[in-house]
This record gives sequence, C-alpha cells and structure tokens, in this order.
Amino acid sequence: MSECFEPRIVAFLCNWCSYAGADNAGIARMQSPANVLPIRVMCSGRVSPEMILRAFRSGADGVLVLGCHIGECHYISGNHRTIKRVPLVRNLLSYVGINPERLRLDWVSSAEAPKFAKVTQEFVDAVRALGPIAEEVGV
Amino acid sequence: MMDAGRHPNITLLTYSEVEQVSGYVGSFTARIRKRARSVVEDLCTGCGLCQEKCPRRVLDLVFEAGMGKRKAIYRPFSQAIPNIPVIDRQNCLYFLRGRCRLCEKNCPTGAIDFEQEDELLDVQVGAVVVATGFAMWDPTLLPQYSYGLSPNILTGLQFERLTNAGGPTAGEILTAEGNKPERVAIIHCIGSRDENAHIYCSRFCCMYSLKHAHQVREKTGAEVYDFYMDMRAFGKAYEEFFERVQEEGITFVRGKGAEVEVLPDDKLRVKGEDTNLGRLVAADVDMVILATAVESQPDADRVAAILGLGRTPDGWFAEAHPKLRPVETSTAGVFLAGACQGPRDVPDTVAHAGAAALEVVRLFNQGEVTISPTVAEVDTVRCVGCGECILSCPYVAIARNDQGKAEVNAALCHGCGTCVATCPSGAITALHFTDEEIVAQIDGLLALTV
Repeated sequence: MSECFEPRIVAFLCNWCSYAGADNAGIARMQSPANVLPIRVMCSGRVSPEMILRAFRSGADGVLVLGCHIGECHYISGNHRTIKRVPLVRNLLSYVGINPERLRLDWVSSAEAPKFAKVTQEFVDAVRALGPIAEEVGV
Repeated sequence: MMDAGRHPNITLLTYSEVEQVSGYVGSFTARIRKRARSVVEDLCTGCGLCQEKCPRRVLDLVFEAGMGKRKAIYRPFSQAIPNIPVIDRQNCLYFLRGRCRLCEKNCPTGAIDFEQEDELLDVQVGAVVVATGFAMWDPTLLPQYSYGLSPNILTGLQFERLTNAGGPTAGEILTAEGNKPERVAIIHCIGSRDENAHIYCSRFCCMYSLKHAHQVREKTGAEVYDFYMDMRAFGKAYEEFFERVQEEGITFVRGKGAEVEVLPDDKLRVKGEDTNLGRLVAADVDMVILATAVESQPDADRVAAILGLGRTPDGWFAEAHPKLRPVETSTAGVFLAGACQGPRDVPDTVAHAGAAALEVVRLFNQGEVTISPTVAEVDTVRCVGCGECILSCPYVAIARNDQGKAEVNAALCHGCGTCVATCPSGAITALHFTDEEIVAQIDGLLALTV
C-alpha cells in the first residue's frame, strides 16, 4: 500500500435527502473528506447494480450509496429497492474477488449534515485501510 | 354550510364514501358509494315527524359526544345540510327484528324506503381536496386520569356539548348529579406532548381550555384550577384573552396534572406539581375537564392508500413541503385542506382551506399542467413485457399497453428512476438522468482526481 494513497470514493446521493445533507454540511462548513466524489441521482432507488460495478471498473476504490431513511423516501418506496439491492451487490463483489467493505449503504437525511460528515469520514478511513482497488484486483 | 348546499355548482354527496380514485391530474375518476339512508331524498321534506315517532333511543356518540341521545332515525344535528334523516340500521327495530315501521307509517310523503340499497357512482374530476379532519384521542389509554370511572370527568369535547345551549342541559354547567359544580379542574396536554401517547402538541387545546375556564367562572362562579405545562396563546388576540382570563380569578397551576383520583365520596382529586412554587399540590374538585389530544382519523390509512398520500411520522397527511407547500401533496391534483394535515384551529383552517381551493382554481385556470421533464421512458423494442417496472413504481405510473409492453404515464411519473434500475432489459431510461450521463459523471470525476 502506497504511503500517499488517498482513496477515491464515488458517492451516489439522492437529491432530496443525502445530497441536501451533503450540501448542508458544506454550508455549515463541516469538515468532510475531499475524497468523496458526489453523483446526484433523484432517488437511491435509481442506483442500479450495474452502475455500482461500473464505478469500481472505472477505478473507484469505494462506493457509497446514501439515501433517505426508510419510511421517509421522497418517492415513498424507492429506498426499499436500494436496501435489497446493495447487499446483493456486496455478495457479488466478494464473489468476484473485491472486498465487499468497499461498498456501503447508509441513510442520511437533509437535516443530518453532521451524519454526512461522519459517515463519509469513517468510510474514507475504512477504504484507505483496504488499499487501492487496483492492487486488490491485480491491474 | 347552507350556501354550499344551495350552490348550483356544488353537488353534496352526504352519507357517502370515496372507495377508489384512479387517473391523474385533470383526469381523475372517483368511485363513490352513496350509502342507503333508507329515506328517499327527493320525497323527504325535512318535517322531522319520523324522528318524533321513532320509539328507539340510542346514545349519540358522535354529535352529543356520549352526553345525549338520538333516535334510530335521525339527522346528525338539527341544522344538518341536507336536512334529511338517515336510518341507523344497526339500531332500527325494523332492521333488527322486522317490527315497528312507525316512521314509514307516519311519513306524510312516503319517503321511507327500507329496501333502499347503496348506490355506486363514478365521477370524473380534475382535482381532489382532502378535508377529512381529525379524531379525538382516547383518554382511557392513560388510566391515571380515571376517564370513564366518573361521569364528572369530561373531555374538552364533552364539556363543549355540556355548555352548548342546544346540549343535554340547555347549556347549564352541571355535574352528572345535576348540581352546579363548586370547584372545577382543567388539565392540559392529556395525550399530547407525552412520550406515552403523542409527542406532538395538539395546538388549539390551550385556547379552548382558557375558554372553558372562562365559561365555568362566568356561568357558575366556581373555583377553577387550570393545570398547564406551557400556555400556547399564539394567535391574534389570544394572549390578550389569556390575560383577561387570569384577571377573572382563575388559579393557574404551572405543572402538568399528573393524576385524577376518584375519591370514595365521588369527589375528584387532581394531583400535580406547581413548578413555580416547587411544591406538590392537589385540588379536590367536582368536575375535571381533560384537554385531550387530537390525532389522525382511524381511517386515515385507507384514505392515504386510495389517494397515494404520504403520512408524516406524527400520523397526519404529508404536505409537499412543510414550509412552502402546505396544501399540495406529492400527487399532482390532490390537495389537503384543514386539520387532516395537522392540528389547527378555526382561523388557520379557514386560511389553509382557502389556499387549497385557490390551488385547484389555479390548476384549472392554467388549462395545461407543467410536469417535470425528468420522467421515465420505455424503449418498446427492448421491453420484453416482464412487468417488473410496473411493480416497482410507487405511483403506479406504468401500465401495460396493447402490445403488452410497458408504457409510462408521464403525468403520474415523478422521475425517481426506481423502474430504470429495476428493468432487467435496460429498456427504461430516466430522461436527463440516463445511465450514460451518470457513467460520464463517474468517469469524469475519477479522471479529474487521478
């Protein structure tokens, strides 16, 4: 593992909750790591397994999917799909030889800016410890 | 109420229930069940003879709040619009035992029809306004208030009925024994602001409790003890009313009334803490009025399912935005009016309902509806007709077309993209949030930060 390795995390953020939470974290000038590359989607239910795998294939060391809390999805049940899909993709990742800890799902509402900062910091630290994905898959 | 009944553009369907609403903004179809009142509306003149002659009295739990009775054939209240009675088939002697029929025998126009059946109507509408109101929370759920153990422990609603000139005592405030009370206690926040019941504040009870305190003082001269946590006098001239009531010699105890004990001599002991004095206090009174919480109606689940309404964690129907869009819902063309969205008093309800009415007018005046372009679209060549997308859509916006392929109703689609991620054939795209666009973002961001 390279000493200066800084992981790059692709974060899928839902427009109504987690993206707004991230925005609020910024407005409140909370420190959160620059390693996180936000991608806004309307709903965490929009995030397909293919998209997550594509992110890893393009070189993301970790993928974070953040959505509205269960029961609070802006589109009522979009996150019900997400909560079923992400564990499936994690299983798939370990099957193909990628550490499933590189994919995380969490719920962050627009009012939870501190949680956004905390979750992203924790995840970046965890992925840093896992090392670059290129080394794991042997490219 | 009468104006609404007489207006040529308004059709009142009372004693009716909306069973189903389908369609989308501008083009809804509502299936309504007009329940059988057993009275032919066109023949009834509202003379009231049937109610006079009916021998069967039952406790009126709705309008009289359990404080008075009505007949098995009845109008909800004497000024009801339309002023046509209904037969309560659960209590009518004809429906129970095949006897009586006195209403039918005495009706001058032959308007009684025991064979009448429910009618199903399909009505085309452009918009729906939900004004289903609120329900009172049941105080027996907190047994320390002894509600039900003494006829002199009343809810605020029951006290309203007692003090009403049309009520069981013609407006005189009397105990169940028929005497004027000498001491009355009023307790705020019964079931509100309470971890063991509802955590929210029911908003308008402080003001009606002040009114009750004032009425008791004025009508009976009794000593009044008002146990409150905080006094919510938020509206125009509300604080001034609170000051006035304080000057009438009512004892305000700043501390929640914790318990009502029914004493052996039937007096009621209210115990609490006076937080201003830092002392436990108790008041032995003849009557207790519990300002009970309000909550969403028992059938709110069903109404929400019919209209695709969301609920906020406190149980009320979900507005589109808590600050900026208080009357809209997440379904275009469905609006909320009044307490069904959250507790509010009369002036606030009037304002809220007015806003809902104006939103409907605005919708209709536009002639066309502007929808977001970020909707889903099906590539019918790729679509294999598996129907997975249809199941995944929270808004039931996708249906099978004549060829068996999926088709998205752009008016219903909210653009969440759940169907896009679900489709195993990659046949649905979310316009402006396509897979290609998202992948381009992923690649672009990763390339930037190499």
